[in-house]
Amino acid sequence: MSTVTATPVRWRQARYLPIAASLALLIVAYGFGATRYPAFGDGQVVLNILIDNAFLLVVAAGMTFVILTGGIDLSVGSVVALSTVLCAELLRAGLPAPVVMLAVLAVGAVLGLGMGSIIHYFEIQPFIVTLAGMFLARGLSYTLSTESVSLDDPLFVAIAQTPVELPGGLRVSISVLIAVAVLLVAGYVLHYTRLGRTVYAIGGSNRSALLMGLPVARTRVGVYTISGFCSALGGILLTFYTLSGNSLHAVGMELDAIAAVVIGGTILTGGSGYLAGTVLGVLVLGVIQTLITFEGTLSSWWTKIVIGALLLVFILLQRLIAGRAR
Amino acid sequence: MSKYRLFWPAAALVALLLVNLAISPSFFAIQIRDGHLYGTLIDILRFGAPLVLVALGMTLVVATGGIDLSVGSVVAIGAAIACAQISTLPDQNAAGGVFGALGVALALCLLLGLCNGFLVSVIGIQPIIATLILMVAGRGLAQLVTGGQIITVDSDPFRVLGGGYWLGLPAPILIALGVVAATALVVRRSALGLLVESVGGNPEASRLAGVRARGLLVLVYVFCGLCAGLAGLMVSSNVSSADGNNAGLWIELDAILAVVIGGTLLSGGRFSLGGTVLGALLIQTLSTTVYTVGVPPESTLLVKALVVTVVCLVQSPAFRARLRRRRKPPAPVPASAEPKVEVPA
Repeated sequence: MSTVTATPVRWRQARYLPIAASLALLIVAYGFGATRYPAFGDGQVVLNILIDNAFLLVVAAGMTFVILTGGIDLSVGSVVALSTVLCAELLRAGLPAPVVMLAVLAVGAVLGLGMGSIIHYFEIQPFIVTLAGMFLARGLSYTLSTESVSLDDPLFVAIAQTPVELPGGLRVSISVLIAVAVLLVAGYVLHYTRLGRTVYAIGGSNRSALLMGLPVARTRVGVYTISGFCSALGGILLTFYTLSGNSLHAVGMELDAIAAVVIGGTILTGGSGYLAGTVLGVLVLGVIQTLITFEGTLSSWWTKIVIGALLLVFILLQRLIAGRAR
Repeated sequence: MSKYRLFWPAAALVALLLVNLAISPSFFAIQIRDGHLYGTLIDILRFGAPLVLVALGMTLVVATGGIDLSVGSVVAIGAAIACAQISTLPDQNAAGGVFGALGVALALCLLLGLCNGFLVSVIGIQPIIATLILMVAGRGLAQLVTGGQIITVDSDPFRVLGGGYWLGLPAPILIALGVVAATALVVRRSALGLLVESVGGNPEASRLAGVRARGLLVLVYVFCGLCAGLAGLMVSSNVSSADGNNAGLWIELDAILAVVIGGTLLSGGRFSLGGTVLGALLIQTLSTTVYTVGVPPESTLLVKALVVTVVCLVQSPAFRARLRRRRKPPAPVPASAEPKVEVPA
């Protein structure tokens, strides 16, 4: 919503409200788990949430850029799947692991670049273009392989299985370090560079950004490229996690990513939100997933239902705030 | 121009059918066995019937400038509820019990459509997001109903819906035809279609003109949910089972594609029911063609993705303008080059 001017102070406070809400939700969910299960409070359980969701962190970071411009990227789940299959197939073809990783990242970025270009230059709605991209990437991965291919490349196995020791006997995976690095870079770009400011400006008002002489074309195409790149990287991180390439990986992951961004307080119409919120959003989803696992009696489909319900609640919350700010 | 709106989808369908004929000469053959019609064309119509239904509901939603991504999940939920109910019946062949189950399933799908409509029209959430929630959460619900398993049923009255025959024609074709005809009648013989188009064309102007946009929006989403539910019943009846995970998977994309091919603008404001039916049949034929040509079935998605992209590009005014601009420049260039030659002479 581009309803900024009239009451700047109140709007400013309202802007932090969704983040505060998701932080509160995180604390409540975690506190609930910690009181119900003593093991839940263990530091390693918290770190496991990061280990299990490193790929989602990276994908959601890319999605944050897109949503901040007022767009949406429905192709991320399929691009993640395509990346895992590409990794497996290229390794099977005998390419060295570093080359494979670079190639996969390039494919993701090029897919994003293509979608962004079509969206910007031909003025087609982002959701339909990225929906086609979703088809395309999923179709490509099916065409490459319909079955799960396991990875046994030494470099991939080494990255997957080398734990990073932290003080206090805790450990994380290398994927978590990569995800944190991506988040730091993304946070810097979004909040401290011209590109980041242009992203916010476009989300606030595409037309105003254009009239101000900002590089709208480059930036709009850029955010989809970033999202494609992040999805490909997320796919690589997922192969570290599962050590397999499978065209059925990450079905419905686009919703997880969008939910994380929205729960983190980024407004779907663009222009307002923080990367830190997205991290909170992923953590909320991770805690809920862990809770459902700990609960034991609840099956995996409850995750989908709860994520859907949460997304609904947060969108309603945003509507409420946007309505009041107006 | 609008007179010939159906020309391109119809031409594409005919071309696709001819390609099939060239590949397998028996493509158009229709036989009568036990008084029932059999043949590839009949199969296309029969397996395309659920898509026609879903796309029909989607057309009206798209006409208001919205979109319903949840139809695939509603298909799965409708199938799951119906099969779960029938499987608990003491006598699965009792017509009354089966009708009750179908009624409950359809009522629930209506309710889901109502939820979508409420979120979009009363709360004012973007349609993509409002329905995206049900798209994923709905699959969870379907799995919840089926317990993550595939529920199989053995019920003769239920099987009629997807596999029965009437007047020699498969029941799904007749049902789809009936729903399309009834919808066309209601929408085009009353002002309803016009009002839907006006809401899609300019919500603010139509509100000022006294159109009740809210009610209309809720109505189209309810209709879309009902159509998807009916399609779900058909799909599950055809295989006598419900799979919460895979029933109706990706049908939302096919439906949107059918609507767009049929000449309905995604930005709303006008729609064509005939075009949608043609579009849905085109997609079903495309799927069949992919098999007959010998392209691996895994690539069907790929082919569809390319078709979506091309169709959207062709519809995009920006793309057309760009093409025109690219075509024009060559003309002025030689024109301006010629005088230059003439001047020194």
